[in-house]
Amino acid sequence: MTALPTPSQTVGPFFAIMTALGSNELVAPGAPGAMEIHGQVFDGAGDPVGDALIELWQANRAGRYAHPADDRELLLDPDFTGWGRCHTRPDGSFRFITVKPGPVPGDGEVLQAPHINVSVFARGLLNRLATRIYFGDEARANAADPVLVALGDDARESLIAAPDGPSAFRFDIRLQGERETAFFAI
Amino acid sequence: MDGERMSVHPPQLYPAYRSTVLRAPSRPLIPLKPTLSEITGPLFGEETLGPFDDDLTRQHAGEPQGQRIIVAGRVTDGGGQPIPHTLVEVWQANAAGRYAHEADKHAAPLDPNFTGGGRCLTDGEGRYRFTTIKPGAYPWANHPNAWRPAHIHFSLFGPSHASRLITQMYFEGDPLLRYDPILESVPDPTARECLVAAFDTDLTEEGWALGYRFDIVLGGPGATPSEDA
Repeated sequence: MTALPTPSQTVGPFFAIMTALGSNELVAPGAPGAMEIHGQVFDGAGDPVGDALIELWQANRAGRYAHPADDRELLLDPDFTGWGRCHTRPDGSFRFITVKPGPVPGDGEVLQAPHINVSVFARGLLNRLATRIYFGDEARANAADPVLVALGDDARESLIAAPDGPSAFRFDIRLQGERETAFFAI
Repeated sequence: MDGERMSVHPPQLYPAYRSTVLRAPSRPLIPLKPTLSEITGPLFGEETLGPFDDDLTRQHAGEPQGQRIIVAGRVTDGGGQPIPHTLVEVWQANAAGRYAHEADKHAAPLDPNFTGGGRCLTDGEGRYRFTTIKPGAYPWANHPNAWRPAHIHFSLFGPSHASRLITQMYFEGDPLLRYDPILESVPDPTARECLVAAFDTDLTEEGWALGYRFDIVLGGPGATPSEDA
């Protein structure tokens, strides 16, 4: 028996009624390895998107996902779920406190560079947009990452968060236009 | 996956829904072969839930105004396998068509006994169930005399990052359905129909609440029906 997947619909502007679950702090500020990821979401006119919902899903510092499909013998941290959620402020800004994930397996033997999986929802987005955050201080790992190397220069560039002060990275999300963020079909 | 996205899910750009015009990505989505990053995803347990999270009529001192309803169904993958113990989140307007949200300026009354947010976990067979009130329709600025049909927003996680879904549930027989560009953005009429909950006498509780059935099928790696099935 097979069935059609249920179609996606926009999150709309009023999702805050249900976002009491989840935090933009995946770890406490000041925890070992804690870093900040901040940025803004922009639309095709370059205006900030002040009603977006951003979710992160990531492995821990050792590179292990807190999920049964990841059964590698790497340290699991009971306090780190790897999931966070944040809605943008009126200026389109968001901010997460988390740790940089370790490398995780890719297709075959190749390790993927450290990355965070991102879901973007907003009024005007009929589907969830999936993207990834890579890190600008991981040049060697990024150069070998099987997902990044398959992308054109602009798309690859759009996924790399720039170091922005001590223990901080900047990652802007451009929904549309010249410097549009690369979004994946997953 | 691209084919499925085109036929079942809405396009990114659907100009009749005006907000897509400046927000829809202009480039095609980049296919990504599922890795551990896509086949894993956040999991939630009972500790996620508060006492009346699945009964939106009991979250305040008094009962909310409106038609009491039960919304229930099953969450499965594309192969029909139930997805047990997965988080289902809902949010909705009150019976007058007003959200308990500061950005909602509709001139309809707020209900002090209704917030409109809920969540639950599916049981071992993928079943979920909420008690709530039927939300009202409300006007929006998309086009002249635009009204959203009554709907409940649903957020589902499923087993992986890839299976994440946010959607909306509508009500059978609502005359506003055919005027709604958000529902109409789903290109396939059969798929569109999947978003419309059917009145269900078995779910209806005598002397208490009307029942509506809304089953949900999540996509994701390994859950996509084959073309010839």
